[in-house]
Amino acid sequence: MSILVNKDTKVIVQGITGKQATFHTKQMLAYGTKIVGGVTPGKAGQTVEGVPVFNSVADAVQATGATASVIYVPARFAADSIMEGVDAGLDLVVCITEHIPVQDMVKVRRYMEGKKTRLIGPNCPGIMTTDECKLGIIPAMVQSKGRVGLVSRSGTLTYEAAFQLKNAGIGITTSLGIGGDPVKGTDFIDALKLFKDDDDTLAVLMIGEIGGTAEEDAAKWIKENMPNKPVTAFIAGRQAPPGKRMGHAGAIISGGKGTAADKIAALNAVGIDVADTVAHIGETVVATLKRAGIYEKCYSAN
Amino acid sequence: MNIHEYQSKAILKRYGVPVPNGKPAFSVEEAVAVAQELNSPVKVVKAQIHAGGRGKAGGVKIAKNLDEVKNYATELLGKILVTHQTGPDGKKVNRLLIEEGSNIKKEYYLSFVIDRTTARAVMMGSEEGGVEIEKVAAETPEKIFKEYIDPAVGLMPFQASRIAYKMNFPAAAIRKATAFILKLYNVFVGEDCSQVEINPLVVTAEDDVIALDAKLNFDDSALYRHPDIEALRDETEEDPKERTAAKEGLSYVNLGGNVACMVNGAGLAMATVDILKHYGGEPANFLDVGGDSTPEKIATAFKIMLEGGQAKGIFVNIFGGINRCDAVAGGIVEAAKIISEDGKSLPVPVVVRLEGTNVELGRQILKDSPIANVIMAPTMEDGAKEVVRLVNEAK
Repeated sequence: MSILVNKDTKVIVQGITGKQATFHTKQMLAYGTKIVGGVTPGKAGQTVEGVPVFNSVADAVQATGATASVIYVPARFAADSIMEGVDAGLDLVVCITEHIPVQDMVKVRRYMEGKKTRLIGPNCPGIMTTDECKLGIIPAMVQSKGRVGLVSRSGTLTYEAAFQLKNAGIGITTSLGIGGDPVKGTDFIDALKLFKDDDDTLAVLMIGEIGGTAEEDAAKWIKENMPNKPVTAFIAGRQAPPGKRMGHAGAIISGGKGTAADKIAALNAVGIDVADTVAHIGETVVATLKRAGIYEKCYSAN
Repeated sequence: MNIHEYQSKAILKRYGVPVPNGKPAFSVEEAVAVAQELNSPVKVVKAQIHAGGRGKAGGVKIAKNLDEVKNYATELLGKILVTHQTGPDGKKVNRLLIEEGSNIKKEYYLSFVIDRTTARAVMMGSEEGGVEIEKVAAETPEKIFKEYIDPAVGLMPFQASRIAYKMNFPAAAIRKATAFILKLYNVFVGEDCSQVEINPLVVTAEDDVIALDAKLNFDDSALYRHPDIEALRDETEEDPKERTAAKEGLSYVNLGGNVACMVNGAGLAMATVDILKHYGGEPANFLDVGGDSTPEKIATAFKIMLEGGQAKGIFVNIFGGINRCDAVAGGIVEAAKIISEDGKSLPVPVVVRLEGTNVELGRQILKDSPIANVIMAPTMEDGAKEVVRLVNEAK
């Protein structure tokens, strides 16, 4: 088991004829992902890496039975691409694109109300169920198969953390990058709910950063809803000055809200271990697993 | 992106939101000329900098006649204004706004922002105007009223009216307040603002509703469809290094210290700043160089960090995933050659931590580098400690 995607998930790539999309289509196929189609308007009939291209998501879904898509479309067209995927009735849409205007995402979220699609991102590295399926840009080598779920607002921190776990002999069920934008499809609590219901996932690593209150909200939710799966956390941005955007559109302390100190305090208050530096994420997870008595279940020699 | 108050007010005016009559002035003569055209007996001379708290810091003056306008303009132009938002170094005043004085009966607060939790625009209003809203939120949260806006239909008149009543506008000003609020929402949406804040919004003795101050922030990601807003950018308000970096496509924030870092990815870059501080360093910057960096891009990043002698040491922290470590290491060595004056060394030590795909090949490339003070760190923790040690040693 895993969350959201597995070896049977049929995936289409929106914007497949773009340079980045073509490169990552090859990587995703090499990982074993079932890429069954691609979409670029006006390019139906072509193939990319052997994958047939369609003019619309609806056409691609009808021809292939795909249930998920991954979007590598430029920012000014990406909101439209998300809504096209939603309209086609996909279960899952993963949007990698960065710099989508925030008010476009507000409209997207409104459009999604009452529809079944789950959106991951935008401005995210995607999702990877170990050795089965990856949608996005997460490097294949970072994670080994195991029992910990990983959810993160940052791309490279996802890789860094997964790799530290791998080196410590701790594998991952599914890693999920939810993205660095202020308005997005999936937040920490949504991801935690999925991990809670996944029998293979025994513990969760959550990587947050400054801006907003999603980590504080997650801390409260964990205390009330997930007593049996230990959570370890890391928060980036302890030294970030207020009012400055730290790379990600959503990584900004504004109106005194969204500081790392507040988030760490909220997590600690419900008994969640927070790694003191990025270099100690792996060993902090190991300590948490040992304390919860599930280290042996989670450990496998590389 | 931020703009000046006078620019914000010009935008509000275009949308039909009432603002005091006034114009910007860049010199004392201009200030007097603008004041002469204004009808009110009292003129307001306002320093234009990208920071709040100007009133308390002495950046807003009430002039009763043209001589006073002249005196205040002379005093303010070129002055370094230190407010609670500028930091200790303050900001130099290069522009003034000269406007008509208003007969203020009462001050209010009104703003629009995007609420992350609901993924909607939210309007906040309070009759506690003219003070910091964070203070109101902390001490008397019951005095702040909110309306969440459905983007499918926009802000509805009943919502504007409802908040106007809650904000306790006088009966004679309710209709004007409602109209003001609806037009202000049009600014927020029409210009892709990340924030619109009117503090204070005032009701005058004549029961007019006007924006006495105006702060507009814009979503950087949407600037491509607002070239007229982009044109309002005041580069003198921005950190010169941040400005250069932005032009080069680098995500950089100057943090003022002397231990620089260059990282791939925003999250890891933030975490790298944190770990440098954790081991006793004073971080010079946040810098996300991106994943697929060319030697030229890395060289540009080095130049920005070294500019003005700020960086006394540089920590390069790279996780090579799809972009392999050997490619990144090659880029660093090439960049070092571009920067190095003698081909043998860099002006400050560069400690490199590489991890990920092809890490051994990458380390070998760095080891073979002709640049002597590019130093390989076995782990991130070692690298952070080492660069801090080298910087402290150089003092």
